[in-house]
Amino acid sequence: MINYIKLIVLGVIAVFALIAANYARDVAYMVHAIIIFLVAAGMFLWTLRRTDEPVPAAVAQKSYLDGVVRAGVIATCFWGVIGFAAGVYIASQLAFPVLNFDWAQGYLNFGRLRPLHTSAVIFAFGGNALIATSFYVVQRTSAARLWGGNLAWFVFWGYQLFIVMAATGYLLGATQSKEYAEPEWLTDWWLTIVWLAYLAVFIGTIVKRKEPHIYVANWFYLSFIITVAMLHVFNNLSIPVSIWGSKSVQVFSGVQDAMTQWWYGHNAVGFFLTAGFLGMMYYFVPKQAERPVFSYKLSIVHFWALIFIYIWAGPHHLHYTALPDWASTLGMVFSIILWMPSWGGMINGLMTLSGAWDKLRTDPIMRMLVISVGFYGMSTFEGPMMSIRAVNSLSHYTDWTIGHVHSGALGWNGMITFGALYFLVPKLWNRERLYSLSMVSWHFWLATIGIVLYAASMWVTGIMEGLMWREVDANGFLVNSFADTVRAKFPMYVVRALGGGLYITGALIMCYNLWMTVKRSPAVEADAAAAHATPAE
Amino acid sequence: MGHETYNALRHFADSWGLLAMFVFFVGVIVWAFRPGSRKTYKDVADIPFRHEDKPAQD
Repeated sequence: MINYIKLIVLGVIAVFALIAANYARDVAYMVHAIIIFLVAAGMFLWTLRRTDEPVPAAVAQKSYLDGVVRAGVIATCFWGVIGFAAGVYIASQLAFPVLNFDWAQGYLNFGRLRPLHTSAVIFAFGGNALIATSFYVVQRTSAARLWGGNLAWFVFWGYQLFIVMAATGYLLGATQSKEYAEPEWLTDWWLTIVWLAYLAVFIGTIVKRKEPHIYVANWFYLSFIITVAMLHVFNNLSIPVSIWGSKSVQVFSGVQDAMTQWWYGHNAVGFFLTAGFLGMMYYFVPKQAERPVFSYKLSIVHFWALIFIYIWAGPHHLHYTALPDWASTLGMVFSIILWMPSWGGMINGLMTLSGAWDKLRTDPIMRMLVISVGFYGMSTFEGPMMSIRAVNSLSHYTDWTIGHVHSGALGWNGMITFGALYFLVPKLWNRERLYSLSMVSWHFWLATIGIVLYAASMWVTGIMEGLMWREVDANGFLVNSFADTVRAKFPMYVVRALGGGLYITGALIMCYNLWMTVKRSPAVEADAAAAHATPAE
Repeated sequence: MGHETYNALRHFADSWGLLAMFVFFVGVIVWAFRPGSRKTYKDVADIPFRHEDKPAQD
């Protein structure tokens, strides 16, 4: 019966999408309508072939739903490589503008590819890593199978559709020009549906948990899911100009819109890239170190302090603007207070190794997790410092900001994701161990040196251009034109692209290593596993 | 949004709202450090090591 309802719904969507493609007012909307048609029609056929077939007996609740986690691991690797490649390419475009090819103008120039890069690494790579690990962690720490049956698969595939719609929209010019929230209304509405399903799966699993206590990692994941839902809805309040076109008009205007945008933007950092990934930290660091977290009490204080303070820090993006001074001062003060819970969390992660520091020498995966927590500490020191109004007057609009973002994203988010992937793949594919540990070491050093080159070159070029912009001569005239700073930055841009090149090389080595782990590593022997579970006689 | 609504919300935010959040936060810390919590947290910190392979059976 449920299949008949599905067929009707899918059929209606497919027909409506075709009508929409016909009436489309712009190319991006037409492409989106065609993508939606193809997906709905494909699912229609798939459902049709299964209708009135005998239904396999309901899967007992005796195992975890890991298929969707495996798919998430593959998607994380895939989108990671795409996002890093886009980053290296646009970094090269900045150093060598000739790479903005004439034949690809309007599609592959820097302005179109830049949001493609940021969304690919944050939402496609980071988002898939968060969804996959949260599904893995919430099952293990709740001792319960994912709630909602195949709803988790809907979340996975629905999220991939969101990524494809966002990416094609950027290349074809559909953007609402809000940083990290560029997708237009159609894509936004779809993400809202997918995200609410994600929330339902996650909360449903927590509700039916067998462990009486909700483990701290799940608190961080849950706050990430709820807050991102709230941020996404409020920052994307807009009215479509027509249901046949991708253009929409924001409900807020002027400084209110700017404040909403940076309330969203900074909490995308705070809850997507920080709270969610801290959920990863609180599970994978103890697991890899084979010892419980250093202080559970500290983790509770860490959680509440972080979420209570982060939500106020956004206005520091709007120093020296039409935003009232009291508001940007408030954002600055909260950013500085935020330093304490951030470092509390960092200490909690690092000290989990106390008594097992030798693992840093012997276990390259542990090294990856630890350096990621180290980068977390470094960028959560740098961030508050840059939010101070006087520092911000030098750093804002310069490459220093770009360097700061990348030491956080490549160092903290990237490295902890790589560590989690190295942990997960042997477990998920039932392999004894990774294919090659020395490849993990290669990855570690390539990525670390890449980040150092990236961050160092951006410090130099950022502070240099900040000083050049404000330099005045004896008569009070500006000394440098904008083009002077562009010329002066050239060598640093080359070094930055080189750092990105090292980083993606490491990621490609990881993909090969994980692939070979699945293909070649010996499987865990069933009787050995059984013997392990039997008590000694 | 009218000026009066703005003022009402603004006053609530920097008085009772602020107080409520602050009290909640202090309450959380006191709760975390309550007497006897050490034993509970020692137990729950081990949750990741319990059900690695399959859900709890009932």
